[in-house]
Amino acid sequence: MAEKVLMKGNEAIAEAAIQAGCRFYFGYPITPQTEIAAYMAKRMPKIGGTFLQAESEVAAINMCIGVASTGKRVMTSSSSPGVSLKAEGISYMAGCDLPALIVNVQRGGPGLGGIQPSQSDYFQATKGGGHGDYRLFVVAPASVQEMVSLTAHAFNVAEKYRVPAMLLADGTLGQMMEPVVIDDITVEEHDKSWALTGTKGERAHNIINSLSMLPEELEQWNIDRYQRYAQIEKNEPMWEEYMMEDAEICVVAFGIASRVSRNAIRAAREKGIRVGMIRPITLWPFPKEMLLASSEKVKAYITVELNMGQMVEDVELATRCRRPVLSANRAGGCIPSPEQVLAQIEAANRLGGEQ
Amino acid sequence: MGKIVFQKPKALTDNPFHYCPGCTHGIIHRLVAEAIDELGIEGKTIGVASVGCSVFAYNYFNCDMVQAAHGRAPAVATGVKRSNPDNIVFTYQGDGDLASIGTAETVHSAARNENITIIFVNNAIYGMTGGQMAPTSLPGQVTQTSPYGRDVNTVGYPVRICEMLSELEGASYLERVAVNNVKNVKLAKKAIKKAFQNQIEKKGFSLVEVVSTCPTNWGMTPEKSMEWLEQNMLPYYPLGVFKDKYAQEEAK
Repeated sequence: MAEKVLMKGNEAIAEAAIQAGCRFYFGYPITPQTEIAAYMAKRMPKIGGTFLQAESEVAAINMCIGVASTGKRVMTSSSSPGVSLKAEGISYMAGCDLPALIVNVQRGGPGLGGIQPSQSDYFQATKGGGHGDYRLFVVAPASVQEMVSLTAHAFNVAEKYRVPAMLLADGTLGQMMEPVVIDDITVEEHDKSWALTGTKGERAHNIINSLSMLPEELEQWNIDRYQRYAQIEKNEPMWEEYMMEDAEICVVAFGIASRVSRNAIRAAREKGIRVGMIRPITLWPFPKEMLLASSEKVKAYITVELNMGQMVEDVELATRCRRPVLSANRAGGCIPSPEQVLAQIEAANRLGGEQ
Repeated sequence: MGKIVFQKPKALTDNPFHYCPGCTHGIIHRLVAEAIDELGIEGKTIGVASVGCSVFAYNYFNCDMVQAAHGRAPAVATGVKRSNPDNIVFTYQGDGDLASIGTAETVHSAARNENITIIFVNNAIYGMTGGQMAPTSLPGQVTQTSPYGRDVNTVGYPVRICEMLSELEGASYLERVAVNNVKNVKLAKKAIKKAFQNQIEKKGFSLVEVVSTCPTNWGMTPEKSMEWLEQNMLPYYPLGVFKDKYAQEEAK
């Protein structure tokens, strides 16, 4: 499928997962991501794969645990309230060192919230969501094309470090159609000697387990896991810089919010404001070294988010609170307008000038 | 040298059980392991441990094992089986796990006729957490969370899983057994072996409910527990085959 085709974001994720070698998908209907399940339902039986509509989000993530235990690529997808239900299983995956891909096409919350696009699961994705000391590798695409490349990349990273990965999209990206090329997908091979295949009488039994009654042992498992997290933080941050060469004001935005921001940045440039953008592509690991380096020149930051400003604290931490961090945000399914972002850029410019 | 007439099944590891004295998990583990040995499937069996007293089952069975979240073993087993249809996949679950927090997973794996084997140990109490009321605790049964006896007016009635699942078109084989005497242990063994044999023959969802005791949390001696089981559990949970789809079809 190397030619350019017009696809919905949700469908592009599904096709990319298939091209990346995923042959198992378990899901439950929820707006605005159901196209992923529908696409998998259509495609998987044709290619010898498994699509199964689970009885619940909880069952779906646990079916993923079953497949992941056998060492094969597996994916589930949902939207915000459904991802909360999966949180238990995600924690077990982390505790069992199982790779898998969880897609969250976010909608407004909390609670049942709404069905319009949102980024309000940023905390849930990057700080936990489930119980225990764990991290997810979290990628945030900003286009349908990037949904393809990051889906494939997330599978590889998940297997390399034996961690669950999350693709954090939103209702806009999931529903929008863009031309896309599905090619250049690399399926990396990683060690699977831990997988459950049956011993065939040839080896000791493999055990996939997150339980230990010995505090020192459980602590050591956590320490070992955090050493892998440290490797991920060192090797895997991804970001994009936009007009940052001379920027004194820096917008920090991911996903759909970065696209709104581009318009505002161009408008501000026309007014002579030296503004650029850092777009985190991985939300965890957060590109904090890059942000810290930028704070040498940047006078003020503005996060642009479809939530109440959840990323502000991460920008403050990354830049060690050296510069003010404003936010241009909307919540509940609303999207910040370029005018709103421009107004904050102008406010940040005044603020930066006072220092 | 005398002839060896009795030994530990190969499908069990050398790890000593952590179970309380008089607990019937030991018997049931042994029956499962004997069935695996006799069918020659240890090398291709994958077990799913649940949450409860049998949580450490992964330490006791010699086959590949995965430990599932509370109630989720049938969903995990579904994933394992769908991924590796040639492996033999079983879950080992207690009543709190299977009949309370995991009821949805139980019902829907049966409805799908998922080709897995479920060993369901029903001792009418939460053992691991110290003896709380279970979905299968009997009316009037005193537990830590029903200190005045299970009051059916406020907490309802115990769940009969085999009877409930037998209404599902999907489920293939449902039998309730007990391990309270030699005869019943032998019948339990036969049922457990059949539940694995069914899977080998791709006959679909097979569940064996084993009515069991919990001397520690029932506050009785092992001997007294067996009496209590016979007098109280068996009248509410009658033994027998509740569904055998293939036997029914053969009989037609």
